[in-house]
Amino acid sequence: MSTPPDPACLRYRHRRHGMDHQRYEWSQLHEREPVEWPGGARVAFWVNVCVQFFPLNPRGIPFAVPGGMSMPYPDLRHFSLRDYGNRVGIFRMLDALDRWRIKPSFAVNGVMAERAPYLLSVLRERGDEIAAHGWDMDSPHHGGLTPMEETDLIRRSIDSLEEATGRPVRGWLGPARNESPLTPDLLKEQGIVWFADWVNDEMPYRFHTRAGDLWAMPLPNEIEDRFILMQNLHSEDSWVEQVCDACDFLLREAAESGGRMLSLNLHPWVLGQPHRIARLERALDYVTSQSGVWPTTPEEILRHPSFRA
Amino acid sequence: MQPDLKLYDYWPYRDRPRIVWPGGARIACWVAPNIEFYELDPPANPYRKPWPRPYPDVSGYSVRDYGNRVGHERQMRLLDRFGIRGSVSLSAALCEHHPEIIAACAERDWEFFSHGIYNTRYTYGLSEEQERAMILDAMDSIEKHTGRRPAGYLAPALSHSEHTMDLFAEAGGVYTCDLFHDDQPTPVRVRGGQRFISIPYSLEMNDTIAYVVNRVEPRRYGGMLRDNFDRLYAEGETSGTVMCIPTHNYQVSCPHRLAALEQALAYITGHDGVWVATGREIAEYFLANYYDCAVADILRKQEAAGVNAA
Repeated sequence: MSTPPDPACLRYRHRRHGMDHQRYEWSQLHEREPVEWPGGARVAFWVNVCVQFFPLNPRGIPFAVPGGMSMPYPDLRHFSLRDYGNRVGIFRMLDALDRWRIKPSFAVNGVMAERAPYLLSVLRERGDEIAAHGWDMDSPHHGGLTPMEETDLIRRSIDSLEEATGRPVRGWLGPARNESPLTPDLLKEQGIVWFADWVNDEMPYRFHTRAGDLWAMPLPNEIEDRFILMQNLHSEDSWVEQVCDACDFLLREAAESGGRMLSLNLHPWVLGQPHRIARLERALDYVTSQSGVWPTTPEEILRHPSFRA
Repeated sequence: MQPDLKLYDYWPYRDRPRIVWPGGARIACWVAPNIEFYELDPPANPYRKPWPRPYPDVSGYSVRDYGNRVGHERQMRLLDRFGIRGSVSLSAALCEHHPEIIAACAERDWEFFSHGIYNTRYTYGLSEEQERAMILDAMDSIEKHTGRRPAGYLAPALSHSEHTMDLFAEAGGVYTCDLFHDDQPTPVRVRGGQRFISIPYSLEMNDTIAYVVNRVEPRRYGGMLRDNFDRLYAEGETSGTVMCIPTHNYQVSCPHRLAALEQALAYITGHDGVWVATGREIAEYFLANYYDCAVADILRKQEAAGVNAA
């Protein structure tokens, strides 16, 4: 070990009660006031569907995002397989969601309004909640952007979706859930009410920004279709099993501790495949057939007295 | 750098003195929840990057924070149901950040052993003096907040120097969790000659290794735990074994994974002849009853094999 020891390695600037930053309060889930969902429901079930564009020529700044191009240019296999989700997979997914009466939210890359106006008009007609998912999947937010550049990315994403769907955009999911140190501040300044980048909770909580609080909504990465099937290479049956186990567990915990949330983030290019869609249907059938499950969306949850501004 | 730190001698599993655990048990089982604090913006270490993504690594930081906000309480309640007291591998700074968690564990008479200050501060690159200061700081903090000086050490993020064991033994520690060479406790050689041992901790049964590195399915993890137990239980009748389940609240306590641990714990605690213990209890029992005969047996076998024991 040749590098001289750095005295900073034994200095602990934030060693004190609570977090080592000012973004939110330290709070354990079980210590909070129990939440009562409408109709005595125990688990609020939120399904979010990602509508994404992965450019063929990614810059990969500041890193190559999960699900992005991985072969030499032009990586047509991954480009077209991602596009499959927006052309084919999503329609299978919409049928399944409708059949089990799930009102999903959609996290949409801003550029999709230009690339697939038909799909956006379908979303407009459905009237579902639309969240901005950044401009495209090669535009993760990061500290290398100037605040002006980042504000412009946020603004463009919101404007494009609001124009295409005729609905206000109040939610945000960052591409690859990445952020600059300023992202939450800029999101709040641009009218965003909730965001789902942080995966540290299972209920909404207040997240401080210089322009007031955002709601951090729980949308775990660990049970996403992409994470379980494409990254961990678990079987489709295992994904269903994991969703059912999560549902069972949360229903039991909610019976003692107050309302809980089960949130699933889905990708039409993953679960919309012909050999996988039946697994989504099975999971939806299981979850919605349990008593005490309330299929809902972030905007509905944020109208609940526990989470109103 | 050396080819081998010579922390222990070669000691074949066959024909060792048999260990019988308290109550005539053939296997000692312990659960070691890692309760860690990762910093959002730690100082850079020249040998290891704390986060894969540039500051702020929201994904990496927030999923670990989930363990403390949501996961800890769940695992603790689960262990309560099976009458298991956890042996906490503790980032000492968590005593300051989250004393509520420390109090809940202390109330249950759980053990706390040292896991460094933060899991984003590595041993790599520290001078011996700095490493000693870090080890003492962690032990002092844990003693101050829990009333008891820790007996065990799992180096932060499993980062070591050539002198980690020496320094921890000099600070009054008696066991290490950092070595994966055996299914029984073994003596570990330290420069001060203290009676210092390794307690089996298991990398293979570690939930983070299983879920993050090896990416196993939750039910398969539960099956691995049961298989591991079955074999160690069977062999323990003649050898006396130790099984450890190292856990992390941001992995094992997710709603889609907790059932796997629950089923495994029900299975394990449903057997007779199982001593459910803490790391410190296993270490103390071994030191009091088997350490000397283990040292003698190792010496005898080394001599018989013509090896000049150090």
